[in-house]
Amino acid sequence: MSTVSVSRPTFSPIHRLGALVLDRVESVGDFSLFAIGVLGQLVSGRPRRRVLLETMYVVGVGSIPVVVVTGVFIGMVLAVQGYDSFHHLGMETRIGSVINVSLVKELGPVLAATMLAGRVGSAMAAELGTMRVTEQIDAIRALGANPVGQLVVPRFLACFLLIPVLTIVADTVGIVGGWLFSTQALDVNSHFYWAHSRAFVTAFDVATGLIKSVFFGGAIALVACYHGFHCRAGAKGVGRAATVSFVVSFVAILALDFFLGLLLNTSYRLAYPQLPSLL
Amino acid sequence: MSTLALNPGPDPGSPTVVEPVSLRAVGRRFGSQEVLRNLTLSVRSGETLVVIGESGCGKSVTLKLMISLLDATSGEVCWEGHDVAGLSRAERDRHRLRFGYLFQNSALFDSFDVFENVAYGLRESADRSEAEIGAVVVERLEEVGLDAGICSKKPAELSGGMRKRVALARALALEPAVMLYDEPTTGLDPVMTGVINRLICQVRGRRSVTSVVVTHDLSTVRAVADRVVMLEPVSRLAPDEPQAIFSGTVAEAFASNDSRVAAFMQGGDASWEREVG
Repeated sequence: MSTVSVSRPTFSPIHRLGALVLDRVESVGDFSLFAIGVLGQLVSGRPRRRVLLETMYVVGVGSIPVVVVTGVFIGMVLAVQGYDSFHHLGMETRIGSVINVSLVKELGPVLAATMLAGRVGSAMAAELGTMRVTEQIDAIRALGANPVGQLVVPRFLACFLLIPVLTIVADTVGIVGGWLFSTQALDVNSHFYWAHSRAFVTAFDVATGLIKSVFFGGAIALVACYHGFHCRAGAKGVGRAATVSFVVSFVAILALDFFLGLLLNTSYRLAYPQLPSLL
Repeated sequence: MSTLALNPGPDPGSPTVVEPVSLRAVGRRFGSQEVLRNLTLSVRSGETLVVIGESGCGKSVTLKLMISLLDATSGEVCWEGHDVAGLSRAERDRHRLRFGYLFQNSALFDSFDVFENVAYGLRESADRSEAEIGAVVVERLEEVGLDAGICSKKPAELSGGMRKRVALARALALEPAVMLYDEPTTGLDPVMTGVINRLICQVRGRRSVTSVVVTHDLSTVRAVADRVVMLEPVSRLAPDEPQAIFSGTVAEAFASNDSRVAAFMQGGDASWEREVG
């Protein structure tokens, strides 16, 4: 009798690089198809009311404490870091305009979304990943239901609708926190603090922040649910899905922030060329 | 070494019988790993087919291919003679309701209680009143030997045997024509194993369902099988050898001259040598 020996093929660095690139391209395509499937189910599916309300409670109400803490500290840190520069110029009363424009247009939406990507997104990825490795997602299909419609759509709707609301909460408490610290600890005149804020914070700034937060919410939900659905086996796979979900969501938030900011600012200048530049 | 003949199919002179599920030269890969190769398997209407084989030979994958939870990378999976690949997604989802599936680890929904778990398919597939759904849930739980009092319990509060029976009740709720059991007695004590084996026989007897049971538990094989098919891991197959290396009755399996089948049925050690060429 003879035995059959098997030799493993060896791959050069070029092979491995090629395989990595192909893998990434395939992942992007996979994610795109997943996102299209979710949007399709949004139109044609009917998520269970109870599941949707529970998810909205967890995403919305459950996130308020962390969003409040985030917002308050953003406002106070901006006050701390900005005061000295303005004080040197004798313009400390204008600090309110900088704090509030930064908050509503950039830091509020981005930092609130980042916090929620960690809290809500990672939890979603871990939960769906656990469902994947315990075959619960297969069980949904075996019982005649669409897992995307049942599991992803409620989460997407909750994030898409509520993350902008949570951004408003973050902005509001950030504004209050910045004002309190500026006026109580830094002795900035409250009347002029708000007067300059009103002069510089425009409806466009507020709208920019909210539009961004809508996209951030959708991105967090899609990324988290995608990684949960494509989780590898075992506890390690679930942990990896949660971690990768946060990292990818964070990068997506930053990328969306840049491109949306560019798009919205360019659109504003095209629509209102007679108004002075905000920069 | 000879390969015993597989199910030869219906007599050419007899009326054609449409098999509920059949696999024709099916292959399935996961990346570079080939799990199934050239698997041909037919399930006769009304029979209980038991699929056996060593761990990693593709038994669970075979079951998932039968219900189209996975797609074959080659070959055909047919439902009543129709290639599943030719069906639209909506048709596939509709036809899948003819199947009931008992998952290896039960796959109960953690966030739902027992009632909602059993009722899940009923809510998704048909417009029924709450009263109708409630009646069906209680009836299915009683059928598997559980009291309706556990309806408010969550899966984490149940024993392994109870979870398995709730999962069976959930699978039976939609009155399937074909039941698929993936390692139904894994992790259960001998007493509960006997209970599950009896339930599989009762389901077959009461409902005249076709059943496919994947197991490596010989007590289940003896208790429920009309026919046994044994799969061999792809890595140990000869180049043109079909993956289903045996098909026959339980008695034929125990009497098989194939050393691989004999080793499995007698529960001996897995070392063996095969002739090449």
